[in-house]
Amino acid sequence: METEAAKLIAAGLAVAPLLGAAVGLGVLFSGIVNSMARNPSMSGELRAIAFLYFALVEATGLFGLVVAFLILFAF
Amino acid sequence: MELVGFIQSGRKIFMTTSKNRYSYLTLKKISLLFYPFFLVFLPKLTFAAGSGMHSPIEQFVVKTLIEIKDPIFGYDISFTNASLFMVLASIVPLLILIVGVRTADMIPGKIQSISEMIFEFVENLLIENTGNSGRPYFSFIFTLFLLVLFGNLLGMLPYSYTFTSQIIITFFMAIIIFISVTVIGIFRHGFGFLSLFLPSGTPLVLQPLLFVIEFISYCIRPISLSVRLFANMLAGHTLLKVFGGLAVMLIGSGSIFLVPVAILPIAAIIGMTALEVLVAVLQAYVFTVLTCIYLNDALNLHH
Repeated sequence: METEAAKLIAAGLAVAPLLGAAVGLGVLFSGIVNSMARNPSMSGELRAIAFLYFALVEATGLFGLVVAFLILFAF
Repeated sequence: MELVGFIQSGRKIFMTTSKNRYSYLTLKKISLLFYPFFLVFLPKLTFAAGSGMHSPIEQFVVKTLIEIKDPIFGYDISFTNASLFMVLASIVPLLILIVGVRTADMIPGKIQSISEMIFEFVENLLIENTGNSGRPYFSFIFTLFLLVLFGNLLGMLPYSYTFTSQIIITFFMAIIIFISVTVIGIFRHGFGFLSLFLPSGTPLVLQPLLFVIEFISYCIRPISLSVRLFANMLAGHTLLKVFGGLAVMLIGSGSIFLVPVAILPIAAIIGMTALEVLVAVLQAYVFTVLTCIYLNDALNLHH
């Protein structure tokens, strides 16, 4: 029983890195929107860069999510 | 009936919010693509409601289809569902390319345009990132992109298997890239390859520290490359199944207040399926771009 509870608490704590990923995505997209507003002719290139870095930033948060899944289902 | 109406109205909102005419048409086509998904998915939901709850990570279980034992060492080298989808992910793009270039017209048809687009896309990617010196490695990068892309996309079909959600497979791909890139770098530059770990213009005091940091960040590359792809696929598919399970539980409850609420998780699944298709393409792209960047580091030192 205690192990079950500990597992659930640990899984909840393990998704905390998602907060960091969320902040990172916010910073990324605010920067992209800012630069698009300053130089609209660049928006095509900027969108490609945004997607690449979106995937890179999102992955860091997903590492935490995977740890949570492992705690919940693999142990 | 209620549900179908809900999906259709959701599609209308989705389409009218996009003002660009080009994206309107593509969105319409993409949303039409999703219809078969739900026709297959909904019976499964109602069926599962009767048979009880399944674990969301049951979909990642490797099942043996044809049992094969290695005759010399006795290893288990069975043909599994993961191997089946790897074979499919190699055959499907091959067929598309063969059909695409069989009738090479001046005015390309649909399949020919698709195969030409994929080819040019990967070629531009490689040349942009590595310059002309990366050209000999084009076939490898192209194969890698197609394998990861079709592995991710085939995994989005219901009842299929996503082999990129297995860490051993992505890690094996990443370690092959890592070793071959290192070997290419050493063959090209000899001991000069070590200058990759020292950014030019660092003060002498900082050089040992920076060397260690750069070396660790270089060695961690295969892990980050493989875990990125694996984590994205695992998280996305588990999330879909978790929401599916929520809908099943609500429908299976039989309560008149809870059953209509099941529309919420089903609507969430619709949105997340769209996001997952985007992520599938994006992760294949990111995997290829990072491979090109690593290759560039080994080919052209200090740019």
